[in-house]
Amino acid sequence: MTCLHLLLTLVFAVSLGTPVEIQRPRGVPLTKKQFYEESKPFTCLDGSRTIPFDRVNDDYCDCKDGSDEPGTAACPNGSFHCTNAGYRPMFIPSSRINDGICDCCDTTDEYNSGAKCENTCKELGRKEREVLQKMAEITKEGFLLKQQLIEEAKKGREEKQGKVTDMQENKKQLEEKVEALRTVKEAAEQPEKEAKERHLKAWEGECSCKSIRLEKDKAKMAEAFLELDDNSDGFVSVSELQSHAELDPDADGTLTETEVQGLMGGAAQVDTSTFESVWTNIKDKYHSESQPEEPAPVETPPDEVKEPAVDNDSEPYPEDDISEEDDEDEDDEDDYHEDDDKVRVNIEKELSFDFGPDAEFTYMYSQCYELSTSEYIYRLCPFNRALWGREKNRPENNKYLVMKYEHGTGCWQGPNRSTTVKLTCGKETVVTSTSEPSRCEYLMEFTTPAVCQEPANTEPSPHGHEEL
Amino acid sequence: MAVISIERMGLLSVFFVCLFFSSAFAVDRGNFKTCDQSAFCKRQRAFKPGQSPYRALLETLELSDSRLTLQLINDNNKVHLLLELYRLQGNMTRVKINELKPLKPRFEVPDVLIAEPPTEPLSVLSKDDNGVVLSLGAESQRLIVSARPFRLDIMEGPEVLLSLNSRGLLAFEHLRLRKDTQAQPEGAEVKESVDGDQQQDEGKKDEDEESNKEEDGLWEETFKSHTDTKPNGPTSISLDFSLPGVEHVYGIPEHADDLKLKTTDGGDPYRLYNLDVFQYELYNPMALYGSIPVMLAHNTQRTMGIFWLNAAETWVDISSNTAGKTVFGKMLDFVQGSSEKPQTDVRWISESGIIDVFIMLGPKPSDVFSQYASLTGTQSFPPLASLGYHQCRWNYNDQEDVKSVDQGFDQHDIPYDFIWLDIEHADGKRYFTWDPHKFSQPKEMLQGLMDKKRKMVAIVDPHIKVDSGYKIHNEITSKDFYVKNKDGGNYEGWCWPGNSGYPDFTNPEMRAWWASMFAYDQYEGSMENLFTWNDMNEPSVFNGPEVTMHKDALHGKWEHRDIHNMYGLYVQMATAEGQIQRSGGAERPFVLTRAFFAGSQRFGAVWTGDNAAEWDHLKISIPMCLSLGLVGVSFCGADVGGFFKNPSTELLVRWYQTGAYQPFFRAHAHLDTTRREPWLFGPENTALIREAVRQRYALLPYWYQLFFQAYRTGMPVMRPLWVDYPKDTATFTIDDEFLIGSDLLVHPVTEEGSRGVTAYLPGAGEVWYDVHTFQKHNGAQNLYIPVTLSSIPVFQRGGSIIPRKDRVRRSSACMENDPYTLYVALSPKKFAEGKLYIDDGHSFNYDTKKEFIHRSLTFANNALTSSNLCPDCNFLTSSWIEKVLILGASKPSKVVLKMNGKETPVDFEFDSSMSVLTLRKPGMNAGDDWTLLLQ
Repeated sequence: MTCLHLLLTLVFAVSLGTPVEIQRPRGVPLTKKQFYEESKPFTCLDGSRTIPFDRVNDDYCDCKDGSDEPGTAACPNGSFHCTNAGYRPMFIPSSRINDGICDCCDTTDEYNSGAKCENTCKELGRKEREVLQKMAEITKEGFLLKQQLIEEAKKGREEKQGKVTDMQENKKQLEEKVEALRTVKEAAEQPEKEAKERHLKAWEGECSCKSIRLEKDKAKMAEAFLELDDNSDGFVSVSELQSHAELDPDADGTLTETEVQGLMGGAAQVDTSTFESVWTNIKDKYHSESQPEEPAPVETPPDEVKEPAVDNDSEPYPEDDISEEDDEDEDDEDDYHEDDDKVRVNIEKELSFDFGPDAEFTYMYSQCYELSTSEYIYRLCPFNRALWGREKNRPENNKYLVMKYEHGTGCWQGPNRSTTVKLTCGKETVVTSTSEPSRCEYLMEFTTPAVCQEPANTEPSPHGHEEL
Repeated sequence: MAVISIERMGLLSVFFVCLFFSSAFAVDRGNFKTCDQSAFCKRQRAFKPGQSPYRALLETLELSDSRLTLQLINDNNKVHLLLELYRLQGNMTRVKINELKPLKPRFEVPDVLIAEPPTEPLSVLSKDDNGVVLSLGAESQRLIVSARPFRLDIMEGPEVLLSLNSRGLLAFEHLRLRKDTQAQPEGAEVKESVDGDQQQDEGKKDEDEESNKEEDGLWEETFKSHTDTKPNGPTSISLDFSLPGVEHVYGIPEHADDLKLKTTDGGDPYRLYNLDVFQYELYNPMALYGSIPVMLAHNTQRTMGIFWLNAAETWVDISSNTAGKTVFGKMLDFVQGSSEKPQTDVRWISESGIIDVFIMLGPKPSDVFSQYASLTGTQSFPPLASLGYHQCRWNYNDQEDVKSVDQGFDQHDIPYDFIWLDIEHADGKRYFTWDPHKFSQPKEMLQGLMDKKRKMVAIVDPHIKVDSGYKIHNEITSKDFYVKNKDGGNYEGWCWPGNSGYPDFTNPEMRAWWASMFAYDQYEGSMENLFTWNDMNEPSVFNGPEVTMHKDALHGKWEHRDIHNMYGLYVQMATAEGQIQRSGGAERPFVLTRAFFAGSQRFGAVWTGDNAAEWDHLKISIPMCLSLGLVGVSFCGADVGGFFKNPSTELLVRWYQTGAYQPFFRAHAHLDTTRREPWLFGPENTALIREAVRQRYALLPYWYQLFFQAYRTGMPVMRPLWVDYPKDTATFTIDDEFLIGSDLLVHPVTEEGSRGVTAYLPGAGEVWYDVHTFQKHNGAQNLYIPVTLSSIPVFQRGGSIIPRKDRVRRSSACMENDPYTLYVALSPKKFAEGKLYIDDGHSFNYDTKKEFIHRSLTFANNALTSSNLCPDCNFLTSSWIEKVLILGASKPSKVVLKMNGKETPVDFEFDSSMSVLTLRKPGMNAGDDWTLLLQ
């Protein structure tokens, strides 16, 4: 049976360097010392009962709240206080006392387990101070940069607001036309699902899920089926296929009904399951209705990013489906594409964003940030369909520390893709790490001066945090 | 994991992601055969009960001391069979039937029996032209061999316990030469189909024969583009068993079905064929990952078992003369004193091999368990840590991820012992290697876990990537250890790594080599806290027939057809052996397997494969593990949370609460699911899960002692109620609650939104104590228990003593030296008993050096006594007794500890509302002799 010392003598170094001994039961923080008086019976801190003092730390749990055993593992809900002189004090669950694992850097939790613990508090304290110092420097410089950003944003905003005012006249004239344009645009966005299917292709290059790659051809096939099935009746018919002249097998320029029937294996229509054989016949020639024939450049220069979607169909990947639709209808709607109008709409859009309390995030607008890992290139374009995160249990004033991108394209057998971006203070604006904790749920860490807080005046204490 | 790329599924899921997850989530039945699609099953099943064409040739009877042989002849085709009968020690009878002179040897299953079963003398009591009566030793048991038609009856006194071939379904397809390639054999061959089929006109049959040949699939069979060439032609066997007086049969796992087996009339038979079934369906007789061809029959008088030792594809038909009757109909029979005795008839059909049956005659359930254990061995005694909680996921992404999950458990103060790595940890699914980017420093990772007294399991599957840059592949190739295809080349199939070879685990040299690969200097990055998981060992072959290996593949001279169901057993056997060898025989192994066979219990743990996050899957985990426990495999569990799909928070919590009370307790999740570590569902749910896991850890001493008992005696750890209450018919079909050992009854909440459960508490005149409130309830009643989300209805049997370690720490190893609390639950007669087992928790020293403590704890006559059950054992523990709770006690005036001739008073408290007496800190060492007297 274990025999325990009731009291432990603790030695502290105060600022003057004079050793002072303070006696109290093992595991009790100084703040609670007054409840443990050796000369008196002990009353459980929840007041539930009073026991003789020799039952404090006697390795048997008498108090429901665990307060009679601050220095042993007897109580399931107890906690042990380690002073950790040189580093910072902490509480550990009493189940970690004498379990053979060193938890307190001052080794006080392992007094009877045989574990060979070394006092690492000084080292930890030193490292922590270094980190704090570094962080303070970064914060300081970052905060200066932030002030510049705020200044620039302010100027930019004023300029743009002026520009908008200048354009009010034009706007009035064009109002009717804009209204018409909006109708067209909304119509283009209507089949949301269809749009997602198109994004799928762009995702394949980046997604780390093996099944997507395995299913790449099937995904294309699925996409093609959806496109071909013009009347959405679940079947692709001869006439629906006939609209794709590029499939002409003899390349004589016309795709006859007979030729189509040949491609379809003699069937009048095919469903999703039988489409597979048809796909084999046509996939080499098939041109998607939505994709331009030349693949769009992966790098979309920021200044070409148009029309961030008004819905919150967030996409970490920029994809200009709207503008493509516009191109197709160019002849009819040329009038609406006057530069002024576009610029104005863009500026209005920009001005409508929440760029932070002092608009310090403005500079990220239309910018993209990349991180290359051994396997993939990750690309973050803030404010292109991003939302400020409103995580549970997060105070409102911290809402600018998380960005969320949700409802991305669906994963094969998985959820819709989503990305959480955590922002931390830094001198540079960079993506520092990415991970995929669950499949298709990405986590990015992103540093920016825009979240740097004004440094506190106090210099970090050269002695770290010590009791007394 | 299971196969992902099933045709069309990918396509459909792209279209209808939502739909796919709500309704279309089920097995693709078309990938697996029905009896009708399995040629031999169809042939055999077409053959109906009637008079058997087999006749015993009594003049050929030979009896040596314990072995009786006798020839049988099929009067239709004149083929002779050889019957062997053995009386085995421990009240068992073995019946073997083979061809007298087969064209070439037929496969007999090796390596499953732990030894040639010891026999007892048989003697002939009487013999005449009609048959022979043999004495089966004591207990007035006789074995009657009837000559014409041939049948066997085992009698005890005037009662028939069991009959063989009483329905005339013995059928033995003898080996033959193929007619279209060979000259007509002379004379003897009359028929080609099932040999026993006597019911059709001979001449007509012969004509039909030729035309039906292909259809019958005698020499070739095609299923979904896979052709099974059958160079040996038809080889199937069948035999029927009748069980008079039996209405309840159990066992023959693995099926996702109720505990009590159903009759199979009008449906498919229960199938035993180890298969990787993607998204299996519940409540049907389809085959799953493992097969144990053992059936238990039970009534209030007797429990018996039938062990059909055959590793080929097997189907089991069950019929009953009472199956269709309503309760009212049965009552009517009873009132009218009518009629037929209830009877269950069973028929076994296997594709190849011989008939080799062990009839275990009980009579008590525990007798059947020890009888079966004497044949195939007992549950291996696992390392204590493996009874703790296991955290798994496909996949923990990298070392950072492992570290942060490990820290998560500490941050949320939830204990765990093992973290698991699935296939993504290896370099391109090359097992025994590590991904060079994600797991570049495996030893560093393992050391980090070891520093916290925790362990890891990494997966090692039996499919080997065909890659000339892969050491394992090259060595297997150079040693010629791969399974061969029918043409003699290396068999190759598609699995996780792509094109893969399959080592021939039936070859003992191959197994020895495989075992040597687990040596620390071979398995780079491994350490002593790294253990192994064998998945996909059915074997799973993505592009093979029914997602498994072609039956005409070759293991030496035997076809895969012959050995299929034991491939997985061999994989686990070789892996466990490797783990033992790496420590020089000192340390116990821990290996989890998905595929299994009779005898697999000797090598580690089993889980129920790729289940789903659905309430029904939670429910089915109980009968699935109960069925396995009945046939030797005690170390069973289901993926907590469900493998496929995302569980609701309520389901996840309920699953933790259930899994905490099942033997193998591991959470696992599919790659496509969202993260579900226990702390991701808000503080309230984290607390609920923490509490469930802590209850598990507190009870580890009890679990450990039960596994020691299972290892020694074959008694299942997790049991149906009828095992302990064999005369209480109310218990016979219960499979929503279960016993752990004899002393804990668990009725987990497995219904969504449940506000209460009704638990049956068995035992007239007994009492049960709620382990959370200590409230006492009478036995033999249905008790309604209101529940909240925190409730786990568990009861301790009055009359039992359970040792617990109530100081739950972050892993089981951290609790090694902690003190015990004894929970003494008194029977109405103020009696209780229990056991305490202690050893080092991980080595074989308990076996090789008798280093353990085994104590009997008895409460009688107001005294609680600890006495030594193993006086010549030696083990020292620093654990002590910190507290004793006596439930159902009355208040004593004084409590005294008697030890080493000294008496010391012990402080106590008495709670009169619940009649709980708490003895404060008696303090004796757990290994000592002592008595606590209540005065």
